[in-house]
Parts: sequence; structure tokens; C-alpha cells
Amino acid sequence: MRLDIILRVAAKFILAPLLLFALYVQFHGDYGPGGGFQAGVIAAAAVILYALINGQAAAERIVPGPLVERLVPAGVLIYAAVGVVSMILGDNFLDYDHLAHDTVHGQEWGVFLVEAGVFVTVFSSMIAIFYAFAGRRPT
Amino acid sequence: MTLAVLQHHLPVLVVLMPLLGGLLVAIIRHPAASWPIAIAAAAASLAGALALSREVAANGVISYALGGFPSELGIEYRVDAVNVLILVVVSFMALATLVFARLSVASEIDEGRQPWFYTMMLVATAGLLGMAVTGDAFNAFVFLEISSLATYTLIALGRDRRALVAAYQYLIVGTIGATFYVIGVGLLYLATGTLNLELIAERLPEVTSPRALLAAEAFILVGIALKLALFPLHAWLPNAYTYAPSAATVLLASTATKVAVYLLARYIFGIFGLHREFGDISGASLLILLSLAAMFLASAAAIFQNDVKRLLAFSSIGQIGYITLGIAIANSDALTGAFLHIANHAVLKGAAFMAIGAILYRCGSERLDDLAGIGRAMPVTGAVLTIAGLALIGVPGTSGFVSKWYLVAGAFDAGKGWLALMIVASSFLAVLYVGRIMEIVWFRPPGRVALAAAEAPGGLLVPMVALATLTVLLGIAAYWPAEMAHSAAEALLGVRP
Repeated sequence: MRLDIILRVAAKFILAPLLLFALYVQFHGDYGPGGGFQAGVIAAAAVILYALINGQAAAERIVPGPLVERLVPAGVLIYAAVGVVSMILGDNFLDYDHLAHDTVHGQEWGVFLVEAGVFVTVFSSMIAIFYAFAGRRPT
Repeated sequence: MTLAVLQHHLPVLVVLMPLLGGLLVAIIRHPAASWPIAIAAAAASLAGALALSREVAANGVISYALGGFPSELGIEYRVDAVNVLILVVVSFMALATLVFARLSVASEIDEGRQPWFYTMMLVATAGLLGMAVTGDAFNAFVFLEISSLATYTLIALGRDRRALVAAYQYLIVGTIGATFYVIGVGLLYLATGTLNLELIAERLPEVTSPRALLAAEAFILVGIALKLALFPLHAWLPNAYTYAPSAATVLLASTATKVAVYLLARYIFGIFGLHREFGDISGASLLILLSLAAMFLASAAAIFQNDVKRLLAFSSIGQIGYITLGIAIANSDALTGAFLHIANHAVLKGAAFMAIGAILYRCGSERLDDLAGIGRAMPVTGAVLTIAGLALIGVPGTSGFVSKWYLVAGAFDAGKGWLALMIVASSFLAVLYVGRIMEIVWFRPPGRVALAAAEAPGGLLVPMVALATLTVLLGIAAYWPAEMAHSAAEALLGVRP
């Protein structure tokens, strides 16, 4: 019987609601406080909690380090790509008017995609920082 | 997309190309793919900057609304005669540095970190270009942070552990500078209700509380002065330049401080006005005093350095003094000289640091004593270093002469003949420190290091020789850059839009 059973069970309970709450914050960003940055931090907190309880090796089986390092630039790329798409559609950079059938929906889609990019980068940056520090071996 | 559409998007594409290039390098993360991507991105950016310079010369100011928002609400990119010069200089130097970087980086940086290095070079370039192109005070802060964060990483990738301390020192100072800048921008926003530089200037006369403006001006100018290493806020610079990898030093020395100088000029002439008085002291006389101190004290410090990179770093602080002196004198000739010196110094310091990088590549040392007689083993590298040194002094036939000539003419024009004397007198200090390098490189009997060295490989020689040639060309046929600098000066002084 491991001594940290309370931590393990509690963490198991928290993890799923944590990820769900991250999604809620992500999509609620359109109407109230929230958005990609906050959601990214919350989702990363779930992974970091898992790593704290079960060890970094277990966490890296779920979210591998090399993947995380590629997600960091990928999120920024999503953001920039939305801007490039709006340029191809004939608007200025980051002008979302023509991303959908009318302007309002276009803007909504634009912000949605851009926030997705923010989520990816913040999520992966947080984990990358955690992995970098947790993975340090005394030299 | 047709060419006309591409033309319309140029202001944002210039910044976007290096940014996208940097992201691609970071995602692919393959040592062999990094360099070609970086070169392509920098070349595209340079092409865009050159096209912009043609368009600005033909049609005047270009305004681009990001996201299609009007400039009161959104971010406006605004290209005029002033910042198009900076765009050309930064994108050109970025390309030259990246050409140089291939061999230099391969020898100085672990293979696993090379893609990150190129990413950071490109992101720093994108940040610097963004600072130059934006017409929005807060957006300039964001780009300032982007370029600074990338720069801290670049310095920390240096060869020995002192690079970490240098990067940390710069991180602290740079963050204080950026914080001061954003506090000042906040005060301006409170006073005027806008972040657009044009609109701020328009609304300033209506502001009733001069105290808030004074505070804003003090915060912004001190913040930028930290970034451009204006004497006596230069303490971070020598270590940062000395311990950074060679390619990073080339990029930093030739672009980073120059963009900060541009921002300083933009705020002084575009918004605050030069002749504002703080108590009994006018801003202009303060700037003249600090510039003179930089020209003399930093150049004097350069004479006593034993590390070539550190010597050239101190020389950079002194040379920035000439540029800010031109800004402080503030007539057409002096400003032309200042902007010419931004371009000329970028090219000649780039050449000088590349030569040092090549010596480091071959000999593994940059201590002045180890370079004894290196000119005989590496004649081309030695020649490049010599040309750059002569231009630092301001010898006729090199680019340094032309910019100092304009500065001297401007000083006489302003009725400040003694400043002209100071410019010439401080050049003698440059004679001393350049002379010291020359004596060691050419006239000492070759030491152990020089005997073992061979001429640098072609990949390092090509960009180095190109910059040295340009230094001479800009000294002989200075028409095109002088014309660009002149229109920049007139745009700042409000003679033409």
C-alpha cells in the first residue's frame, strides 16, 4: 500500500473535470472572461498534475516531450496562418470578414481559430517549461 | 495573388516572412533544413523592404490597417521615408548574417541546438522589423519584447558559461527598459486616449496636464535609451556582444541598437519635440552631453581592451554616440549624417564582427595577443578587418567618412563649431584602438596561433568581403544611401511628409 493513495485518488478525480473546465474556458472566451491563454494554462496544469503524481516518465508517455516542442511553434503558426488565409481571401492581414458567409460569422471563426492557436502554444509552452526543469539532472 | 495584391500587403509581409521562417525551422527541427529556410525567409524580407523603399520614394507614406480596423482602434503599420531605411538595413544585415552563420554556427553551437539558433535569429529579425514598421506605440512594445526575448536566448547560446551571466544581465536591464517604455506608453494613452503614434501627436496639444506628458517622455526615452545602450546605460552591451555566438553578435551589433535609435528619433521628432525643457535643462543639450560622453569615454575604454570582440563592443557604444549626436543637433545635415551612420555602421561593424568570427572559427581565440601576425595567415580576413577599422576612424574613401562629414556639416550649420571639433577629436581615439588591432594583426611576428591558422573558408569570406566592399562603395558613391537618409531627415523634421 503506497502512502500517497489520497493524492492518487484525488488527482484521478480532478483530472477529467480540469480538462473539461479548460475547454469551457476556451469556448467561453467569446462571451465572457476566458480564452486561449487561460484555457491553455488550465489544460497544461492537468498534465503537470499528472506528472507530479505519477512521475515525468508517465506524463511523457501521454504527452511526449518532442511533440510538446513542436506544438509551441505550431500554435503560433496557426495564428499566423489565419492571417495569411485572410490575405488570400482579399482582406488585410488578420481581417476575418470573409472567413465565413457573412462578416459577423467570419469574425467569430477568425477569433475562434486564433484562440485555438493561442491555446496550443500556451499549453505546450507551460509543459515544455515544466519538463525542462523537472528533467534536470544534477551535474 | 497578383503582384498588385502582394504589393498591398508588403508592410506586413516584410515582418511575416522571417516570423514564418522561424516557425518552420522550429517545427521541422532538422539541422540541414534550417539554414536554407532561414536564407529564403531573410531574402524574401529584403526583397519586400526594397520594394517598399521604391514605393515610398514614388508615392510617399504607406498605411496598412491590421485586421481592417481603423487606426483609432486597431494597429496601423505605417511606412515612410524614415523607417523604410531601417527596414532595408535590418533585412539586408539579417540576410548577410545568415549567409555567414552556416559555417560559424556549425562550429560554435551543438547540433541539437542549431535549429533553435536559426529560429531565434529569425524571430529577433521579425521583432526588429516589426518595431520599425509599426505605427502603434503598444505594438512597438510587443515587437520590442519579441526581439529582446529572442536576443537573450541567442546570447545565452554562447560558447562558455559567461554567456549565461551576460544574457541574464541583459535580461534584467532589457526588462527594466521595456517596462519603463510601457509605463510611458500607458501615461500617453491616459492623456490622449489612443495608441496610434500619429493620433497621439495630433492630440497632444489638447492635453491639459503637462506633468503626465513629462513623466511619459522621461519613461519612454529612458526605456529606449537602455535598449540602444546610450551612455551611461550601456553596461549590458560589452558582455552581451563578447560572449554571444559570433553570428548573433553580428546581427545584434548591426541591427538591434539601430532600431532602438530609430524609435528614439521617432518619439523625439514625431511626438515630444526636441526642445522640451526639464527644469533648467533642455532635452537636446542633455542628449548632446551624453552623446559626447559616449564618443569619448567608450572609445577610450575600447583602447584598453584585450578581447577584440569586447574592444569592438565598446567602439559600438562610442559610434552610437555619433548617431544620437546627429539626432540632438537636429538639422537636415546632422540628421542625414545620423541616419547614414545607422546604415554605414551596421555594414562596417557587421564586416568587423564577421572577420573576428572567422578568426575564431580558424584559431579558437579572440584574445588580442593571440592574433599576433594573423594577417599573414588570413590575409583576406585581415583586409576586411582593416577596411572596417578605417571606416570606424572615418578615413576618406570609406563609408564612415561620409556620415561623419554630414555630421560635421550639420554641427557647423547649427552654429556649433565646437561639436565638429569634438567629432574630429574623438576620431583620434578610434585611430588608437583601430591602430592597436592593425599593429597586432599585420606587424607582429606570427605567434603560435597564427602559424597554425589558414585563410577562412569561402562560406565565411563571401559575406565578409561583400560587406567590406559595400563599406568602400558607400564611401565613394554615396548618392543612393545619402538620398534615402536625406529624405528620412526631412520627413522627421516635417519638411516633407
